[in-house]
Amino acid sequence: MLASPAAPPARMADWLFRASRYLEQMSGVCAAEVQKLYHDPFELFTRAAQPVIWLLLFGEAMAQVRGLATGNMSYIDFISAGILTQSVLFVAIFYGIAAIWERDLGILHRYLVSPAARSALVIGKALSAGIRGLSQAVVVYILAGLLAVAVNLQPQHLALMVAFIVVGAGVFATFSLIVACLVKTRERFMGIGQVVTMPLFFASNAIYPLSIMPAWLKTVARLNPLTYEVDAVRALMLRGGTSSFGIGADFAILAAVFAVLVVIAARLYGRMGN
Amino acid sequence: MPRSVLSPTRQAMDTARPSAAIDLPSQAAGSAIVEVKALTRRFGIFVAIDHVSFSVRRGEVFGLIGANGAGKSTIVRMLTTLLPVTSGTATVAGYDLLRKPGEVRKHIGYVPQLMSADGDLTAYENLLLSARLYGLPSREIRPRIEQALSTMDLAPFSHRLVKGFSGGMIRRLEIAQGLLHRPAILFLDEPTVGLDPAARHAVLDHLAQLRAKTATTIVITSHYMEEIEELCDRLGVLNEGKLAALGSPAELEERIGPDATLDDVFAIFAGAKSGPTQMQAYRDARLSRRAARSHG
Repeated sequence: MLASPAAPPARMADWLFRASRYLEQMSGVCAAEVQKLYHDPFELFTRAAQPVIWLLLFGEAMAQVRGLATGNMSYIDFISAGILTQSVLFVAIFYGIAAIWERDLGILHRYLVSPAARSALVIGKALSAGIRGLSQAVVVYILAGLLAVAVNLQPQHLALMVAFIVVGAGVFATFSLIVACLVKTRERFMGIGQVVTMPLFFASNAIYPLSIMPAWLKTVARLNPLTYEVDAVRALMLRGGTSSFGIGADFAILAAVFAVLVVIAARLYGRMGN
Repeated sequence: MPRSVLSPTRQAMDTARPSAAIDLPSQAAGSAIVEVKALTRRFGIFVAIDHVSFSVRRGEVFGLIGANGAGKSTIVRMLTTLLPVTSGTATVAGYDLLRKPGEVRKHIGYVPQLMSADGDLTAYENLLLSARLYGLPSREIRPRIEQALSTMDLAPFSHRLVKGFSGGMIRRLEIAQGLLHRPAILFLDEPTVGLDPAARHAVLDHLAQLRAKTATTIVITSHYMEEIEELCDRLGVLNEGKLAALGSPAELEERIGPDATLDDVFAIFAGAKSGPTQMQAYRDARLSRRAARSHG
């Protein structure tokens, strides 16, 4: 138990009450987002087009080059993990647009006028990005299976994969929310979104290994959370896949980044309605 | 004054009102539930709200009227914790607005000028979201939502997506959302803007019933003088960010002269002269048009 033995039961009960209310607010926000997807799942299908294009066109073509040092795995194996991560990133990064849209409509105010903790609102939205990310992962797994990628379907690997997709989507959705709070208009966000997502993607180990990068780019990639997401996804998704940094280290880094981003986003989100 | 068109509202109001403050017995009816002192808000060098002071009594319906850009919405957004206060103080539902915004939020409901219901959710899901944001006990959630939907005549549409609703239905749903956690005070910012006359009357009837049947204090802003006349016990008239007059509709009319109407009160106190608030007026026009579009 977290409470010291001297803590009166009333304080413990109060703490439990607050914690359960926090979880209720968080899951309420997430559930509403999932209900929207349930009413209109069309978006999930259109979003699935992107990984299909990357894997079938880019992946198959680049696989012919055989010039990339992808170790003992084929290039299509290598890139399928990168594309899975990319789909999760792209689904999550556009959460900022949704936040600006909600602000313009006025829906944001219902959240901000409620007693829900701002961080509960932010985490609820981030979790729903994780659920969207999972739907993308299912598409990439199926596609990878069709392309004869050595997909690892062991339950413990799949369970860890879910955790990484949720925390990874959380990191990028929260980052996107912070950008949205700062730029405030959809037009500016669209511009920034492009400027931010492409470097995040290319300055990572998603479609080529760190080993081929020049030193400066390697440094940038090491500072990029996407690199740790790809590293773990590659180890978990593929039979015989290995992690360069260790799954535990990958998760710790992503969780820490997520925590910092939530703190910042919670502060900014509360002022977004001004 | 086209009083006849609003007769159902008048009738609903005539039913006896129970004494206020059932759930807060320590506070006598008629004591102040909102105390605003020298409230000021600046946007850059522009003073949107200039040392406004007033109080709202427990259980009453308090109106704020004024021309576009006079500062009605700005006051409501400050009192609902959405907009930071530049200077001055306010107590809302017994809590200091500046020191305890979290407590204030628990005790107020807010129906903004723009949309607050999510079109991509059903009416039921919108209310469920509110129930969970306000931490209602899980046992009570379903009965309360069902009751709220039937009170607002929305029960047959509870599982339809809100984007298919008419403007009036959305407003009624938003009022249900604002009341679900049984707040001590309900803030309504131009609740009938952009609605057709029939939808307006439906919304006003529901507000009149709320006034008659519960102890909820209501703070409402409006452009429509007949609405204010029908609903409000007291009102404040804003002119360019300053409180120009305060009192009951009858008192204010009396101050103008015999046979004066609230339209005259508005003309004299709210001042139809062109102000230096072009930007604010433009912003208001843009907001209300956008609201009208999204509700229409």
